[in-house]
Amino acid sequence: MKLTEQQVRHVARLARLALSPEELVTYREQLSAVLDAVDALAQVDTTGVVPTSVVGASTPHLRADVPHGEVGVKVALANAPQVDGTSFAIPRVIE
Amino acid sequence: MPRADFQVVIGLEVHAQLLTSTKLFSGASTSFGGDPNAHTSIVCLGLPGVLPVLNQRAVELALSAGHALECTIAERSEWSRKHYFYPDLPKGYQITQYEFPICLGGRVVFDGPEGEKTVRLTRIHMEEDAGKLVHQGAVSLVDLNRAGTPLLEIVSEPELRSADDAVEYLKALRDVLVWVGVNDGNLEEGSFRCDANVSVMRHGATTFGTRCELKNLNSFRFIKQAIEIEASRQVELLEGGGKVEQETRLFDPQRGETRSMRSKEDAHDYRYFPDPDLPPLLLSKARIEQARQALPELPRARRRRYVEALGLPPYDAGVLTADRAMSELFERCLAEVGEAKPVSNWFMGELSRLLNETKTSVAEVKFTPTQFAAVLRAVKDGVVSGPGAKELFAELFATGKDPHAIIAEKGLAQVNDDGPLLEAIAQAMAEAPKNVESYRNGNTKIVGAFVGAVMKKLGGKGNPRRINELLVEKLKA
Repeated sequence: MKLTEQQVRHVARLARLALSPEELVTYREQLSAVLDAVDALAQVDTTGVVPTSVVGASTPHLRADVPHGEVGVKVALANAPQVDGTSFAIPRVIE
Repeated sequence: MPRADFQVVIGLEVHAQLLTSTKLFSGASTSFGGDPNAHTSIVCLGLPGVLPVLNQRAVELALSAGHALECTIAERSEWSRKHYFYPDLPKGYQITQYEFPICLGGRVVFDGPEGEKTVRLTRIHMEEDAGKLVHQGAVSLVDLNRAGTPLLEIVSEPELRSADDAVEYLKALRDVLVWVGVNDGNLEEGSFRCDANVSVMRHGATTFGTRCELKNLNSFRFIKQAIEIEASRQVELLEGGGKVEQETRLFDPQRGETRSMRSKEDAHDYRYFPDPDLPPLLLSKARIEQARQALPELPRARRRRYVEALGLPPYDAGVLTADRAMSELFERCLAEVGEAKPVSNWFMGELSRLLNETKTSVAEVKFTPTQFAAVLRAVKDGVVSGPGAKELFAELFATGKDPHAIIAEKGLAQVNDDGPLLEAIAQAMAEAPKNVESYRNGNTKIVGAFVGAVMKKLGGKGNPRRINELLVEKLKA
């Protein structure tokens, strides 16, 4: 199954990737090959099998509602390229 | 307002913050305020390799809300990732319940202008909140304190038909959530938020029109305004031969308009898929039933019981159930006193007044229901007069001291013995012979002046009923 150029452009946009025309061709081939590989699974007959999203599902471990694990602003901001007060400062975004 | 031949159709999505101490998937605090990013952990910062662990309290609160709104609780619900890039969401996806939410169906009952209405719910699911952005000149400031805070998203069917109904629906929903202790109901701080899906259709049409989603509705007044303005916009568009585009629109209260928020190019493609980090949430039938049993009586049911079983006026029932703490205190006092109306009168009168004047919350009230009952008994038994009872209650409210001790201390005991009463009556009559004559000539109204005079002599402590009886006896003699 070969992805269309349009589909590749769409996925790239969702991932905020700017692809050159050459890259678009390369990734179209590569992504299509990945999907083909996964498509091999479609040969297995899954009639009557409930879709499995998690393997070995059991009742999840639930956490008591007790505060713990805050790292403090110094650690939280340690990797920030830019800081203003105790906020991360980033190039202005407008939705 | 929409023109007469159009009908507005509204569905509401409410995001209600669950009253937990910590976030949905991490132990960071959910407290409001604090320095930006003070309440963050490696999980809410979206650092690589961390794993979410579900907050048990959040599940319990979601269960309470689901039962209170008469939903069907799912024994198995699942977590999905909803992907989008925005700086308020550091991991690049929001964890939310998508295909399999914790609650299905349910309903909200409210009183509209035309009587009781029921709006069905589609679903309720749990999800995590995003962080907050503040735009400042060339930069945007990111605060992740709110990131990961547990929310309930409560989605109604498109069954609302007016902006007024939408507001009444929201108030009723908020009342229930606050009552069961799931949410604090605060619109200004954003712990109860609402998006409205609005469309219009011609009367008699069988299919809905294209809807727009309205955002930024952070007060009941704005919600009403925004819906009405948007409905008018859509009607005008349709009447002018145009077409409504499905889109998200932002309400601008200053300009009194809604405007498009996202270009078509950015149409959402969230690529939901089950979160492999989180196993499904499994709840046993017993656990679900246990939560249902633990649910308190809800405000509407209680209001009805107050009117039907206790014989209280609907107005009293409404005031007494407006606030859970007030209503619980009423219940406890009622259990001690046994008779509803006098308890209601004291609650609606003196207690409400004192709470307001002293800016005291019901939780801070110092008296016990037993002490409260003692005040009412003192009135009933004629131990204190009406005004004396108010003074007694005010002192009890202020100090929480034993009512009998207050009566003794403040000398509030009413004089019920005939001896002192007769003495005062004799004096009063001797001082105003003309009035005595006037009474005997048929001016019986003047007895009021005598009661006042006698009461004054007794320092306000005489039993007014007994004074009246004795006075009439003496005046007639």
